Amino acid sequence: MPLPLAVDEAPNPWLSWTYLHDNSDAILAATRQHVTLTAISVGLGLLLALPLALLARRSGRLETLVVGAAGVIYTIPSLALFAVLAPLTGLTEKTVVIGLTAYTLLVLVRNVLAGLQGVPEEVVEAARGMGLGPTRLLLRVQLPLALPAILAGVRVATVSTVALVTVGAVVSNGGLGQLIFEGFNNNFYRAEILTATLLCVLLAAVADALLLALEWALTPWTRR
Amino acid sequence: MSVVGETVTWLTDSAHWHGVDGVPHRLVEHLAVSGISVALACVVALPLALALGHVGRGGPLAVNLANASRAVPTFGLLILLAVTPVGFGNRAAVVALTLFAIPPLLTNAYVGVRDVDREVREAARGMGMTGMQVLRKVELPLALPLIAAGLRTAAVQVVATATLAAYVGGGGLGRLIADGFGRADPGMTTAGGLLVAAFALTVEVLLAGLQRRVTPGSRRRRAVSGVDATLGLPPA
Repeated sequence: MPLPLAVDEAPNPWLSWTYLHDNSDAILAATRQHVTLTAISVGLGLLLALPLALLARRSGRLETLVVGAAGVIYTIPSLALFAVLAPLTGLTEKTVVIGLTAYTLLVLVRNVLAGLQGVPEEVVEAARGMGLGPTRLLLRVQLPLALPAILAGVRVATVSTVALVTVGAVVSNGGLGQLIFEGFNNNFYRAEILTATLLCVLLAAVADALLLALEWALTPWTRR
Repeated sequence: MSVVGETVTWLTDSAHWHGVDGVPHRLVEHLAVSGISVALACVVALPLALALGHVGRGGPLAVNLANASRAVPTFGLLILLAVTPVGFGNRAAVVALTLFAIPPLLTNAYVGVRDVDREVREAARGMGMTGMQVLRKVELPLALPLIAAGLRTAAVQVVATATLAAYVGGGGLGRLIADGFGRADPGMTTAGGLLVAAFALTVEVLLAGLQRRVTPGSRRRRAVSGVDATLGLPPA
Protein backbone atom coordinates (compact mmCIF):
# COMPACT_ATOMS: atom_id res chain seq x y z
CA MET A 1 0.00 0.00 0.00
CA PRO A 2 1.38 3.39 -0.91
CA LEU A 3 1.49 5.77 1.99
CA PRO A 4 -1.27 8.38 1.90
CA LEU A 5 0.12 11.69 0.79
CA ALA A 6 -0.41 14.90 2.65
CA VAL A 7 -0.88 16.49 -0.77
CA ASP A 8 -4.32 15.04 -1.17
CA GLU A 9 -5.67 17.35 1.49
CA ALA A 10 -4.54 20.66 0.01
CA PRO A 11 -4.53 21.72 -3.63
CA ASN A 12 -1.21 20.71 -5.11
CA PRO A 13 -1.17 21.35 -8.85
CA TRP A 14 1.49 19.92 -11.16
CA LEU A 15 2.13 23.28 -12.75
CA SER A 16 1.50 26.55 -11.07
CA TRP A 17 1.89 30.04 -12.41
CA THR A 18 2.03 31.37 -8.85
CA TYR A 19 4.95 29.11 -8.09
CA LEU A 20 6.84 30.28 -11.18
CA HIS A 21 6.08 33.90 -10.47
CA ASP A 22 6.91 33.88 -6.77
CA ASN A 23 10.07 31.84 -7.12
CA SER A 24 11.52 33.09 -10.38
CA ASP A 25 14.71 34.27 -8.66
CA ALA A 26 15.34 30.91 -7.01
CA ILE A 27 14.57 29.04 -10.24
CA LEU A 28 16.93 31.24 -12.23
CA ALA A 29 19.68 30.84 -9.64
CA ALA A 30 19.30 27.05 -9.65
CA THR A 31 19.35 26.99 -13.46
CA ARG A 32 22.50 29.11 -13.49
CA GLN A 33 24.17 26.76 -11.01
CA HIS A 34 23.09 23.82 -13.12
CA VAL A 35 24.68 25.31 -16.24
CA THR A 36 27.86 26.20 -14.34
CA LEU A 37 28.28 22.74 -12.83
CA THR A 38 27.71 21.12 -16.23
CA ALA A 39 30.09 23.45 -18.07
CA ILE A 40 32.89 23.05 -15.52
CA SER A 41 32.53 19.26 -15.43
CA VAL A 42 32.44 18.77 -19.20
CA GLY A 43 35.24 21.33 -19.67
CA LEU A 44 37.49 19.62 -17.15
CA GLY A 45 36.54 16.25 -18.63
CA LEU A 46 37.65 17.39 -22.07
CA LEU A 47 40.91 18.83 -20.69
CA LEU A 48 41.65 15.44 -19.12
CA ALA A 49 40.35 13.34 -22.00
CA LEU A 50 42.67 14.87 -24.63
CA PRO A 51 45.97 13.88 -22.96
CA LEU A 52 44.47 10.55 -21.89
CA ALA A 53 43.48 9.78 -25.47
CA LEU A 54 46.94 10.79 -26.72
CA LEU A 55 48.42 8.42 -24.14
CA ALA A 56 45.99 5.65 -25.06
CA ARG A 57 46.79 5.75 -28.76
CA ARG A 58 50.43 4.94 -28.10
CA SER A 59 49.73 1.23 -27.77
CA GLY A 60 46.92 -1.27 -27.65
CA ARG A 61 47.77 -2.05 -24.05
CA LEU A 62 47.57 1.56 -22.93
CA GLU A 63 44.29 1.93 -24.79
CA THR A 64 42.81 -1.06 -22.94
CA LEU A 65 44.07 0.35 -19.65
CA VAL A 66 42.81 3.92 -20.11
CA VAL A 67 39.45 3.02 -21.66
CA GLY A 68 39.02 0.18 -19.18
CA ALA A 69 39.63 2.45 -16.18
CA ALA A 70 37.19 5.03 -17.54
CA GLY A 71 34.71 2.20 -18.06
CA VAL A 72 35.03 1.05 -14.46
CA ILE A 73 34.30 4.57 -13.19
CA TYR A 74 31.34 4.78 -15.57
CA THR A 75 29.85 1.65 -14.02
CA ILE A 76 29.92 3.03 -10.46
CA PRO A 77 26.55 4.54 -9.52
CA SER A 78 26.78 8.29 -8.94
CA LEU A 79 25.36 8.12 -5.43
CA ALA A 80 28.05 5.58 -4.53
CA LEU A 81 30.79 7.72 -6.07
CA PHE A 82 29.57 10.80 -4.19
CA ALA A 83 29.36 8.72 -1.00
CA VAL A 84 32.98 7.61 -1.32
CA LEU A 85 34.22 11.09 -2.30
CA ALA A 86 32.22 13.10 0.25
CA PRO A 87 34.19 12.12 3.38
CA LEU A 88 37.38 13.10 1.53
CA THR A 89 36.33 16.26 -0.26
CA GLY A 90 33.46 17.30 2.01
CA LEU A 91 29.83 18.07 1.30
CA THR A 92 30.91 20.62 -1.28
CA GLU A 93 30.54 21.39 -4.94
CA LYS A 94 34.04 20.01 -5.38
CA THR A 95 32.68 16.52 -4.72
CA VAL A 96 29.96 16.98 -7.33
CA VAL A 97 32.36 18.34 -9.96
CA ILE A 98 34.95 15.58 -9.42
CA GLY A 99 32.27 12.92 -9.78
CA LEU A 100 30.65 14.44 -12.85
CA THR A 101 34.01 15.03 -14.53
CA ALA A 102 34.98 11.40 -13.94
CA TYR A 103 31.80 10.23 -15.67
CA THR A 104 32.46 12.25 -18.83
CA LEU A 105 35.84 10.57 -19.37
CA LEU A 106 34.62 7.32 -20.97
CA VAL A 107 32.60 8.97 -23.74
CA LEU A 108 35.14 11.74 -24.34
CA VAL A 109 38.27 9.54 -24.41
CA ARG A 110 36.57 7.04 -26.70
CA ASN A 111 35.41 9.71 -29.09
CA VAL A 112 38.74 11.56 -29.19
CA LEU A 113 40.44 8.24 -29.89
CA ALA A 114 37.94 7.31 -32.59
CA GLY A 115 38.38 10.74 -34.17
CA LEU A 116 42.18 10.51 -34.21
CA GLN A 117 42.12 6.96 -35.51
CA GLY A 118 39.76 8.03 -38.27
CA VAL A 119 42.27 10.45 -39.78
CA PRO A 120 43.35 8.86 -43.10
CA GLU A 121 46.92 7.61 -43.13
CA GLU A 122 47.61 9.36 -46.48
CA VAL A 123 46.74 12.72 -44.95
CA VAL A 124 49.17 12.14 -42.08
CA GLU A 125 51.85 11.02 -44.53
CA ALA A 126 51.31 14.08 -46.71
CA ALA A 127 51.55 16.41 -43.72
CA ARG A 128 54.76 14.72 -42.59
CA GLY A 129 56.09 15.04 -46.11
CA MET A 130 55.42 18.77 -45.93
CA GLY A 131 57.71 18.85 -42.92
CA LEU A 132 55.20 19.10 -40.07
CA GLY A 133 56.55 17.99 -36.71
CA PRO A 134 54.49 15.81 -34.36
CA THR A 135 53.02 18.77 -32.43
CA ARG A 136 51.99 20.76 -35.47
CA LEU A 137 50.72 17.59 -37.11
CA LEU A 138 48.47 17.02 -34.09
CA LEU A 139 47.28 20.61 -33.73
CA ARG A 140 46.88 21.49 -37.39
CA VAL A 141 45.85 18.23 -39.01
CA GLN A 142 44.79 15.46 -36.68
CA LEU A 143 42.74 17.34 -34.08
CA PRO A 144 40.83 19.44 -36.62
CA LEU A 145 39.96 16.32 -38.61
CA ALA A 146 38.92 14.56 -35.39
CA LEU A 147 36.68 17.48 -34.43
CA PRO A 148 33.34 16.02 -35.57
CA ALA A 149 33.91 12.87 -33.48
CA ILE A 150 35.16 14.88 -30.49
CA LEU A 151 32.17 17.23 -30.62
CA ALA A 152 29.80 14.27 -30.91
CA GLY A 153 31.33 13.01 -27.66
CA VAL A 154 30.98 16.42 -26.04
CA ARG A 155 27.29 16.44 -26.97
CA VAL A 156 26.60 13.05 -25.39
CA ALA A 157 28.68 13.95 -22.31
CA THR A 158 26.89 17.28 -21.91
CA VAL A 159 23.38 15.88 -22.22
CA SER A 160 24.08 13.11 -19.72
CA THR A 161 25.84 15.48 -17.33
CA VAL A 162 22.86 17.85 -17.32
CA ALA A 163 20.69 14.94 -16.18
CA LEU A 164 23.24 13.72 -13.67
CA VAL A 165 23.86 17.08 -11.96
CA THR A 166 20.54 16.63 -10.14
CA VAL A 167 21.98 13.83 -7.98
CA GLY A 168 24.47 16.37 -6.65
CA ALA A 169 21.62 17.69 -4.50
CA VAL A 170 22.27 14.77 -2.18
CA VAL A 171 25.77 15.93 -1.28
CA SER A 172 25.79 19.67 -1.72
CA ASN A 173 24.58 21.31 -4.86
CA GLY A 174 22.59 19.81 -7.66
CA GLY A 175 21.44 22.92 -9.48
CA LEU A 176 17.85 22.21 -10.44
CA GLY A 177 18.16 18.96 -8.47
CA GLN A 178 18.13 21.18 -5.41
CA LEU A 179 14.59 22.26 -6.27
CA ILE A 180 13.52 18.67 -6.95
CA PHE A 181 14.85 17.57 -3.58
CA GLU A 182 13.46 20.61 -1.80
CA GLY A 183 10.01 20.10 -3.35
CA PHE A 184 10.01 16.50 -2.20
CA ASN A 185 10.95 17.39 1.35
CA ASN A 186 8.61 20.37 1.33
CA ASN A 187 5.38 18.39 1.56
CA PHE A 188 5.73 16.94 -1.95
CA TYR A 189 5.36 20.27 -3.69
CA ARG A 190 4.49 18.96 -7.17
CA ALA A 191 4.86 22.25 -9.06
CA GLU A 192 8.42 22.68 -7.81
CA ILE A 193 9.43 19.09 -8.64
CA LEU A 194 7.87 19.03 -12.12
CA THR A 195 9.09 22.51 -13.07
CA ALA A 196 12.67 21.63 -12.14
CA THR A 197 12.55 18.28 -13.95
CA LEU A 198 11.13 19.86 -17.12
CA LEU A 199 13.76 22.60 -16.97
CA CYS A 200 16.46 19.91 -16.82
CA VAL A 201 15.14 18.28 -19.99
CA LEU A 202 14.84 21.68 -21.68
CA LEU A 203 18.38 22.58 -20.65
CA ALA A 204 19.69 19.33 -22.12
CA ALA A 205 17.86 19.98 -25.39
CA VAL A 206 19.14 23.56 -25.62
CA ALA A 207 22.72 22.51 -24.85
CA ASP A 208 22.51 19.79 -27.48
CA ALA A 209 21.21 22.20 -30.10
CA LEU A 210 23.90 24.79 -29.29
CA LEU A 211 26.66 22.19 -29.56
CA LEU A 212 25.22 20.99 -32.84
CA ALA A 213 25.36 24.57 -34.12
CA LEU A 214 28.93 24.89 -32.87
CA GLU A 215 29.88 21.71 -34.71
CA TRP A 216 28.28 23.07 -37.87
CA ALA A 217 30.22 26.33 -37.55
CA LEU A 218 33.56 24.70 -36.74
CA THR A 219 33.56 22.03 -39.41
CA PRO A 220 32.63 23.72 -42.67
CA TRP A 221 34.40 21.02 -44.69
CA THR A 222 31.97 18.31 -43.65
CA ARG A 223 29.08 19.91 -45.52
CA ARG A 224 29.01 20.78 -49.15
CA MET B 1 39.68 8.20 13.41
CA SER B 2 40.33 8.40 9.70
CA VAL B 3 37.62 7.72 7.14
CA VAL B 4 39.36 4.49 6.19
CA GLY B 5 39.39 3.36 9.82
CA GLU B 6 35.74 4.25 10.31
CA THR B 7 34.79 2.42 7.12
CA VAL B 8 36.65 -0.71 8.14
CA THR B 9 35.10 -0.54 11.62
CA TRP B 10 31.63 -0.20 10.09
CA LEU B 11 32.14 -3.05 7.65
CA THR B 12 33.56 -5.42 10.26
CA ASP B 13 30.87 -4.75 12.87
CA SER B 14 28.78 -7.91 12.85
CA ALA B 15 25.69 -5.93 13.87
CA HIS B 16 25.69 -4.43 10.37
CA TRP B 17 25.37 -7.86 8.78
CA HIS B 18 22.14 -9.01 10.46
CA GLY B 19 18.47 -8.07 10.42
CA VAL B 20 16.39 -5.77 8.26
CA ASP B 21 19.06 -3.05 8.24
CA GLY B 22 21.83 -5.54 7.60
CA VAL B 23 23.85 -5.60 4.41
CA PRO B 24 22.60 -9.05 3.23
CA HIS B 25 18.94 -8.01 3.53
CA ARG B 26 19.61 -4.72 1.72
CA LEU B 27 21.42 -6.62 -1.01
CA VAL B 28 18.47 -8.99 -1.47
CA GLU B 29 16.10 -6.00 -1.67
CA HIS B 30 18.36 -4.34 -4.23
CA LEU B 31 18.53 -7.51 -6.30
CA ALA B 32 14.75 -8.03 -6.12
CA VAL B 33 13.84 -4.48 -7.16
CA SER B 34 16.42 -4.50 -9.97
CA GLY B 35 15.54 -8.00 -11.16
CA ILE B 36 11.80 -7.32 -11.31
CA SER B 37 12.39 -4.05 -13.16
CA VAL B 38 14.69 -5.57 -15.77
CA ALA B 39 12.32 -8.51 -16.28
CA LEU B 40 9.34 -6.18 -16.75
CA ALA B 41 11.31 -4.02 -19.17
CA CYS B 42 12.26 -7.13 -21.18
CA VAL B 43 8.60 -8.17 -21.40
CA VAL B 44 7.69 -4.74 -22.78
CA ALA B 45 10.73 -3.94 -24.93
CA LEU B 46 11.84 -7.20 -26.52
CA PRO B 47 8.64 -8.28 -28.34
CA LEU B 48 8.21 -4.72 -29.60
CA ALA B 49 11.82 -4.50 -30.75
CA LEU B 50 11.70 -7.88 -32.49
CA ALA B 51 8.46 -6.99 -34.26
CA LEU B 52 9.77 -3.57 -35.37
CA GLY B 53 13.10 -5.03 -36.48
CA HIS B 54 11.34 -7.86 -38.36
CA VAL B 55 9.17 -5.52 -40.41
CA GLY B 56 11.97 -2.91 -40.57
CA ARG B 57 9.84 -0.05 -39.31
CA GLY B 58 10.06 2.46 -36.49
CA GLY B 59 13.84 2.65 -36.66
CA PRO B 60 14.22 6.36 -35.90
CA LEU B 61 11.82 5.97 -33.00
CA ALA B 62 13.69 3.03 -31.50
CA VAL B 63 17.09 4.69 -31.85
CA ASN B 64 16.07 8.19 -30.81
CA LEU B 65 14.27 6.88 -27.76
CA ALA B 66 17.58 5.78 -26.27
CA ASN B 67 19.19 9.13 -27.03
CA ALA B 68 16.29 11.18 -25.73
CA SER B 69 16.12 9.18 -22.52
CA ARG B 70 19.59 10.42 -21.66
CA ALA B 71 18.19 13.90 -21.12
CA VAL B 72 15.67 12.88 -18.47
CA PRO B 73 17.07 13.14 -14.96
CA THR B 74 16.51 9.79 -13.23
CA PHE B 75 16.42 11.47 -9.87
CA GLY B 76 13.66 13.82 -11.01
CA LEU B 77 11.57 11.03 -12.53
CA LEU B 78 11.95 8.88 -9.43
CA ILE B 79 10.75 11.70 -7.21
CA LEU B 80 7.99 12.72 -9.66
CA LEU B 81 6.59 9.19 -9.60
CA ALA B 82 6.73 9.16 -5.83
CA VAL B 83 4.30 12.09 -5.67
CA THR B 84 1.84 10.52 -8.14
CA PRO B 85 -0.71 7.88 -7.14
CA VAL B 86 2.05 5.32 -7.76
CA GLY B 87 3.21 6.40 -4.33
CA PHE B 88 6.63 5.85 -2.97
CA GLY B 89 8.63 2.96 -1.72
CA ASN B 90 9.71 0.07 -3.87
CA ARG B 91 6.70 0.30 -6.16
CA ALA B 92 7.65 3.75 -7.48
CA ALA B 93 11.20 2.52 -7.83
CA VAL B 94 10.14 -0.46 -9.96
CA VAL B 95 8.04 1.74 -12.26
CA ALA B 96 10.86 4.28 -12.72
CA LEU B 97 13.55 1.63 -13.17
CA THR B 98 11.45 -0.25 -15.72
CA LEU B 99 10.96 2.94 -17.74
CA PHE B 100 14.70 3.57 -17.77
CA ALA B 101 15.57 -0.01 -18.72
CA ILE B 102 13.33 -0.02 -21.81
CA PRO B 103 15.37 2.27 -24.15
CA PRO B 104 18.67 0.32 -24.14
CA LEU B 105 16.85 -3.02 -24.48
CA LEU B 106 14.61 -1.76 -27.25
CA THR B 107 17.34 -0.03 -29.25
CA ASN B 108 19.85 -2.87 -29.10
CA ALA B 109 17.36 -5.61 -29.91
CA TYR B 110 15.89 -3.56 -32.75
CA VAL B 111 19.28 -2.86 -34.30
CA GLY B 112 20.23 -6.52 -33.83
CA VAL B 113 17.25 -7.78 -35.82
CA ARG B 114 17.29 -5.03 -38.41
CA ASP B 115 20.96 -5.57 -39.23
CA VAL B 116 20.54 -9.23 -40.08
CA ASP B 117 21.91 -9.70 -43.59
CA ARG B 118 19.23 -9.26 -46.22
CA GLU B 119 20.57 -12.26 -48.14
CA VAL B 120 20.40 -14.48 -45.07
CA ARG B 121 16.80 -13.43 -44.56
CA GLU B 122 15.93 -14.06 -48.22
CA ALA B 123 17.61 -17.47 -48.16
CA ALA B 124 15.46 -18.43 -45.18
CA ARG B 125 12.38 -17.23 -47.04
CA GLY B 126 13.46 -19.19 -50.10
CA MET B 127 13.67 -22.34 -48.01
CA GLY B 128 9.97 -21.89 -47.37
CA MET B 129 10.10 -20.45 -43.86
CA THR B 130 7.16 -18.36 -42.72
CA GLY B 131 7.74 -14.88 -41.30
CA MET B 132 7.45 -16.22 -37.78
CA GLN B 133 9.97 -18.96 -38.48
CA VAL B 134 12.43 -16.49 -39.99
CA LEU B 135 12.13 -14.38 -36.84
CA ARG B 136 12.51 -17.31 -34.46
CA LYS B 137 15.12 -19.41 -36.24
CA VAL B 138 17.19 -16.81 -38.09
CA GLU B 139 16.79 -13.25 -36.87
CA LEU B 140 16.54 -13.93 -33.15
CA PRO B 141 19.70 -16.08 -32.91
CA LEU B 142 21.65 -13.60 -35.02
CA ALA B 143 20.44 -10.68 -32.90
CA LEU B 144 21.34 -12.41 -29.64
CA PRO B 145 24.72 -10.70 -29.12
CA LEU B 146 23.13 -7.24 -29.33
CA ILE B 147 20.17 -8.30 -27.19
CA ALA B 148 22.70 -9.40 -24.56
CA ALA B 149 24.51 -6.07 -24.90
CA GLY B 150 21.24 -4.25 -24.29
CA LEU B 151 20.47 -6.45 -21.30
CA ARG B 152 23.87 -5.65 -19.82
CA THR B 153 23.48 -1.91 -20.31
CA ALA B 154 19.96 -1.94 -18.92
CA ALA B 155 20.80 -4.06 -15.89
CA VAL B 156 23.85 -2.04 -14.88
CA GLN B 157 21.86 1.14 -15.21
CA VAL B 158 18.96 -0.25 -13.19
CA VAL B 159 21.27 -1.38 -10.39
CA ALA B 160 22.75 2.12 -10.29
CA THR B 161 19.40 3.88 -10.31
CA ALA B 162 17.96 1.52 -7.71
CA THR B 163 20.43 3.10 -5.29
CA LEU B 164 18.54 6.38 -5.55
CA ALA B 165 15.29 4.63 -4.57
CA ALA B 166 16.41 4.97 -0.95
CA TYR B 167 15.52 8.66 -1.20
CA VAL B 168 11.90 7.86 -2.02
CA GLY B 169 11.45 5.34 0.76
CA GLY B 170 12.68 2.31 -1.16
CA GLY B 171 15.00 -0.34 0.24
CA GLY B 172 18.22 -1.67 -1.21
CA LEU B 173 21.86 -0.84 -0.64
CA GLY B 174 21.19 2.84 -1.30
CA ARG B 175 19.68 2.98 2.19
CA LEU B 176 23.15 2.59 3.66
CA ILE B 177 24.33 5.68 1.78
CA ALA B 178 21.20 7.72 2.45
CA ASP B 179 21.23 6.83 6.14
CA GLY B 180 24.98 7.40 6.31
CA PHE B 181 24.52 10.93 4.95
CA GLY B 182 21.49 11.44 7.19
CA ARG B 183 23.38 10.47 10.35
CA ALA B 184 26.55 12.24 9.19
CA ASP B 185 28.35 8.91 9.62
CA PRO B 186 31.28 8.89 7.16
CA GLY B 187 32.10 5.26 7.93
CA MET B 188 28.61 4.12 6.97
CA THR B 189 28.45 6.42 3.93
CA THR B 190 31.75 5.18 2.54
CA ALA B 191 30.97 1.54 3.34
CA GLY B 192 27.63 1.91 1.53
CA GLY B 193 29.33 3.57 -1.44
CA LEU B 194 31.92 0.81 -1.70
CA LEU B 195 29.32 -1.95 -1.41
CA VAL B 196 27.13 -0.38 -4.10
CA ALA B 197 30.13 0.13 -6.40
CA ALA B 198 31.25 -3.48 -5.88
CA PHE B 199 27.74 -4.74 -6.56
CA ALA B 200 27.39 -2.71 -9.77
CA LEU B 201 30.80 -3.84 -11.03
CA THR B 202 29.93 -7.48 -10.27
CA VAL B 203 26.72 -7.23 -12.29
CA GLU B 204 28.64 -5.60 -15.14
CA VAL B 205 31.32 -8.30 -15.17
CA LEU B 206 28.79 -11.16 -15.01
CA LEU B 207 26.66 -9.78 -17.82
CA ALA B 208 29.71 -8.93 -19.92
CA GLY B 209 30.60 -12.61 -19.55
CA LEU B 210 27.13 -13.61 -20.68
CA GLN B 211 27.37 -11.23 -23.64
CA ARG B 212 30.69 -12.76 -24.67
CA ARG B 213 29.25 -16.29 -24.43
CA VAL B 214 26.44 -15.57 -26.86
CA THR B 215 28.71 -13.64 -29.23
CA PRO B 216 30.55 -15.76 -31.82
CA GLY B 217 34.29 -15.15 -31.91
CA SER B 218 34.26 -13.51 -35.31
CA ARG B 219 31.81 -10.85 -34.13
CA ARG B 220 33.32 -10.09 -30.75
CA ARG B 221 35.40 -7.17 -31.84
CA ARG B 222 32.40 -5.57 -33.49
CA ALA B 223 30.13 -6.19 -30.57
CA VAL B 224 32.57 -4.45 -28.26
CA SER B 225 33.46 -1.47 -30.41
CA GLY B 226 30.05 -1.14 -32.01
CA VAL B 227 28.26 -0.03 -28.87
CA ASP B 228 28.68 3.68 -29.49
CA ALA B 229 25.15 4.28 -30.68
CA THR B 230 23.77 2.20 -27.87
CA LEU B 231 25.99 3.27 -25.01
CA GLY B 232 24.02 3.26 -21.80
CA LEU B 233 23.14 6.18 -19.68
CA PRO B 234 25.73 7.27 -17.23
CA PRO B 235 25.11 5.65 -13.87
CA ALA B 236 22.30 7.54 -12.24
